[in-house]
Amino acid sequence: MSLATFVKKQGAFAKFNIGYQRGETVLAWAMVSPWVAGFLLLTAFPMVASLALSFFRWDILSAPRWVGLANYEKLFLIDPLPMHALKITVLFSLASIPLNIVFGLAIAMLLNTNIRGLAVFRTIYYLPAILSGVAVAILWQWIFSSDFGLLNTALRVVGIEGPAWLGSKVWVLPAFVIMRLWSVGGGMVIYLAGLQAIPTDLYEAAEIDGANWWQRIFRITLPMLSPTIFFQLITGVIFTMQIFTETFIMTDGGPANSSLFYLLYLYRQAFQNFKMGYASALAWVFFLAILLLTLILFATAKFWVYYEAESGEED
Amino acid sequence: MSSRGVSLSARQIISKIIVYLLLGVGSIIILMPLQWMISTSLKPLSHVFRFPPEFWPQKIIWTNYADALTQLPFDLYFRNTVFIVIFCLLGEVIVSSVVAYAFSRLRWRGRNALFIVVLATMMLPRQVTLIPEFIIFKELDMIDTFWPLILPSWFGNPFYIFLLRQYFLTHSRELDQAAVIDGCSRFGVFWRITLPMSKPVLAAVAIFSFQFHWNDFFRPLIFLFSEENYTLALGLRFFQGTYGTEWNSLMAVSLVVMLPLIVVFFFTQKIFIQGVVFTGYK
Repeated sequence: MSLATFVKKQGAFAKFNIGYQRGETVLAWAMVSPWVAGFLLLTAFPMVASLALSFFRWDILSAPRWVGLANYEKLFLIDPLPMHALKITVLFSLASIPLNIVFGLAIAMLLNTNIRGLAVFRTIYYLPAILSGVAVAILWQWIFSSDFGLLNTALRVVGIEGPAWLGSKVWVLPAFVIMRLWSVGGGMVIYLAGLQAIPTDLYEAAEIDGANWWQRIFRITLPMLSPTIFFQLITGVIFTMQIFTETFIMTDGGPANSSLFYLLYLYRQAFQNFKMGYASALAWVFFLAILLLTLILFATAKFWVYYEAESGEED
Repeated sequence: MSSRGVSLSARQIISKIIVYLLLGVGSIIILMPLQWMISTSLKPLSHVFRFPPEFWPQKIIWTNYADALTQLPFDLYFRNTVFIVIFCLLGEVIVSSVVAYAFSRLRWRGRNALFIVVLATMMLPRQVTLIPEFIIFKELDMIDTFWPLILPSWFGNPFYIFLLRQYFLTHSRELDQAAVIDGCSRFGVFWRITLPMSKPVLAAVAIFSFQFHWNDFFRPLIFLFSEENYTLALGLRFFQGTYGTEWNSLMAVSLVVMLPLIVVFFFTQKIFIQGVVFTGYK
């Protein structure tokens, strides 16, 4: 189902299709006008402007100077850091997003087994998902402290001497992945709602046919949840790629640029070095990278995302 | 036959035990960072760096909180944050619901096409527009004021427009029609019927907005410079820069900054979770 048909289908009022009324149209435009103004002023114009700016050299103070494709040449060929930053940002996302989905699904499935205390467990697991930003980053910086931190203390209890985490070129990215797993509850509540909406007669029928636990998971549960998982995957890419606060607070990109996520580099170029033209080129490349990843995911959707046969109108 | 029934229920009991065990261990893992935070915040600094570290503080120093919170004007940062959050929240709830109403309950040409644009902007990373936005606010002489943080909220937020539209679509149209026949204006329908019927989703939007702006760090970092304009997030960052290894003070302040969110969450979690489910699942 394409986006356009999805929107059209949801908005269809065949029964009332008696032509547009003038008063209604005027009122409608008046009501959407704040969004239209915001879209033009704060989205459309800035997008075009930042594309234009990416062909200039500009430090805000002096007049912008046309440099053609020089910013892009620097970005792809001369300065090694943007592609390094993009690489580690993608690597981090490739680890973080699937792990969050797998753990979120696993916890949701455990919670969906008619247990007592569902509300209590759900509250506990969801709690970290509401917390983010500087306070959480500082907390995890302390947890990852190599000598006195919680994680290595816990590991020592089971006889493992943990690494220096944020001080280690190898372990700094896994540390960020672990930190993001703490908020696994955000996806979990969504999967749980999805699981609860699967009709039980599907499972009963499968049981009569002799399907075992694995078959029920892979033939019923996962296909029925696939649109939800797909939505989480898309929003996960956009959200996870934009990691900034944690690296800014916890490592400032270190050690040796091994946690230099893309937005941190963009921030430095724009707001510390005031290279507005170069930073605009960085922003556009970032936007295109996210768009490309999203389009690739959309292209794979037809192989694994299962939409129920649509029968009749929804409303 | 009977032996089979017994063995099956034994298996069920074992699997129940395993489920509880996994969930219990998971819960402990989830809660441990918070326990560690509280425990550290109450220790004297000499105990913070004791090896091996103590899970529970052996000596409790309650004054850590008062000491840490008075080292910087956190009351001022708190007032700034509350001011910004309130005006962002009001803007986002009011404007997004007005826009969502037009996208769901009114019929007009171009509606669906325009709504697809709304969805597309939801997917847009805000950083692409950030630099020109910064320049616009600079030209308007609004850098280092709260305007760049508050104003965008009054143009509607695509995510909340989407959420509210989906909810408004579930109302029956017959009710609108009946009200119009009884002489209620279209805007009256929105004000007297649609909004009162949508309290749960409006509450969800308000809570999301509160949560986002309370935690927000990136935009205050870019638009605010003077210390007297700092939000809690910026103040916390400043505090960390100054008292970098005083982990007991850092944990105390961080916990206080998190506390309003935790309190709001406990009182509104039902609305909160329903809202999350509605966005991610519908």
